[in-house]
Amino acid sequence: MEFRVDRRSGVATYLQLVNQVKQALRLGVLEPGDQLPTAREVVAATAINPNTVLKAYRELEREGLVEPRPGAGTFVRRSLSRPEAAADSPLGLDLAAWVARARAAGLEREDVSALIAAVVDAGFTGPGPHPGPPAERKPT
Amino acid sequence: MKDPTVAAALQAARLGREFRGRWALRGCDVDLPAGRVTALVGPNGAGKSTLLQLAAGLLRPTTGRIRVHGHAPGTREAREATAFLAQEKPLHLRFTVADTLRLGRKLNRRWDQALAESLVRAGNIPLTARVGSLSGGNRTRVALALALGKRAELLLLDEPLADLDPVARHEITGLLMYQAAEHGVGIVMSTHVLAELEDICDHVLLLKDGAVRLSGDTGELLDAHTLLTGRADPIETDGLPHAFDRSTVVHATTTGRQVTALVRTPPGSGAATGSPGGAATGAPADPRWIGETPSLEALLLAHLRAPRPDRTEAAA
Repeated sequence: MEFRVDRRSGVATYLQLVNQVKQALRLGVLEPGDQLPTAREVVAATAINPNTVLKAYRELEREGLVEPRPGAGTFVRRSLSRPEAAADSPLGLDLAAWVARARAAGLEREDVSALIAAVVDAGFTGPGPHPGPPAERKPT
Repeated sequence: MKDPTVAAALQAARLGREFRGRWALRGCDVDLPAGRVTALVGPNGAGKSTLLQLAAGLLRPTTGRIRVHGHAPGTREAREATAFLAQEKPLHLRFTVADTLRLGRKLNRRWDQALAESLVRAGNIPLTARVGSLSGGNRTRVALALALGKRAELLLLDEPLADLDPVARHEITGLLMYQAAEHGVGIVMSTHVLAELEDICDHVLLLKDGAVRLSGDTGELLDAHTLLTGRADPIETDGLPHAFDRSTVVHATTTGRQVTALVRTPPGSGAATGSPGGAATGAPADPRWIGETPSLEALLLAHLRAPRPDRTEAAA
């Protein structure tokens, strides 16, 4: 994978690297067993301090996503990709149909984005109905 | 992180250098750990180049002492341990690029011809070109090839990126970071471009009026400071709340009703987490005051602007 560093984003550089690895895990660009680029590869390409890369990798390790193998490099331990979250999953298709209705109702792209963000915020605050593995969820 | 058994990359005690009655540096105590990327910042005439030249052995101290990796500059051990890139990039203008690299090979036991040549090739500079015919940026590239080819443990770089184009700056910075990651090379580089430092350096040495004003690990220095923003108190001339401890203020500015102040965070208060009000910073808990961790650029600018010659700080 290739890292991009946006110096104007206001997000700490090591966090940008952490987020990009997580995104790659979600998209399936990185899979368990894959090796992350070495610190020297990353710094040569992005011109950032090597300690920043090491800090990002330590954070990913702390979260259990990657593991260092001495002398070999840093490897992905688990994936973040969820088939339920793919664009062609039932949930994705539901949402696509909803977006089509929103457009038909005359909503602009920004209106739709704002509405989705508001509903997501509302849906994920407070004690939600979800936590727990899918098997424990009762179909309603 | 600091291993006391390893000699500091650069260490100076009460270091001073006088030029015809004017002190370019005076009473400087410096302790830069090995293998770090240190930004050497300060206004023009602060003594940055003098410090680098003292470390490179091109100048002798008037007072005090300086050591690079434990050796006095000018000794064979110190010369082998360091590579110096001077601001004016002195090279033999009548030499070809190939001659220049050959000179580097003759003068240095650990010379890395492949590294030096790759740096020159990446700039599309013909080896047969005379140095005098090169543009400023390409001359810098040849001078950097000479400095990096030495395979030194400590690179002393005086404004290394100043006349490079943006693509070359990125490439050369990446190359320097690679040297730091792969070979543990320590770098001390002077620069005026503060915005570029945030992602590059992990250590800072700020000089002003020939004295060390700020020195330490960048992360620790950032944690030790808070950037406060709020509505100016109309009764106070500096706009800060009455109860606020003025001795912690590095620099404050008022624009209209807004006050922005860079202050030292009291140790152990953890105020730099963006918690509004900032009771821990000494300010009254007031939701109209926002405290946040400053960017490195904001931190350095405040210290460069700080009016009074306040005491030297060290984070570590």
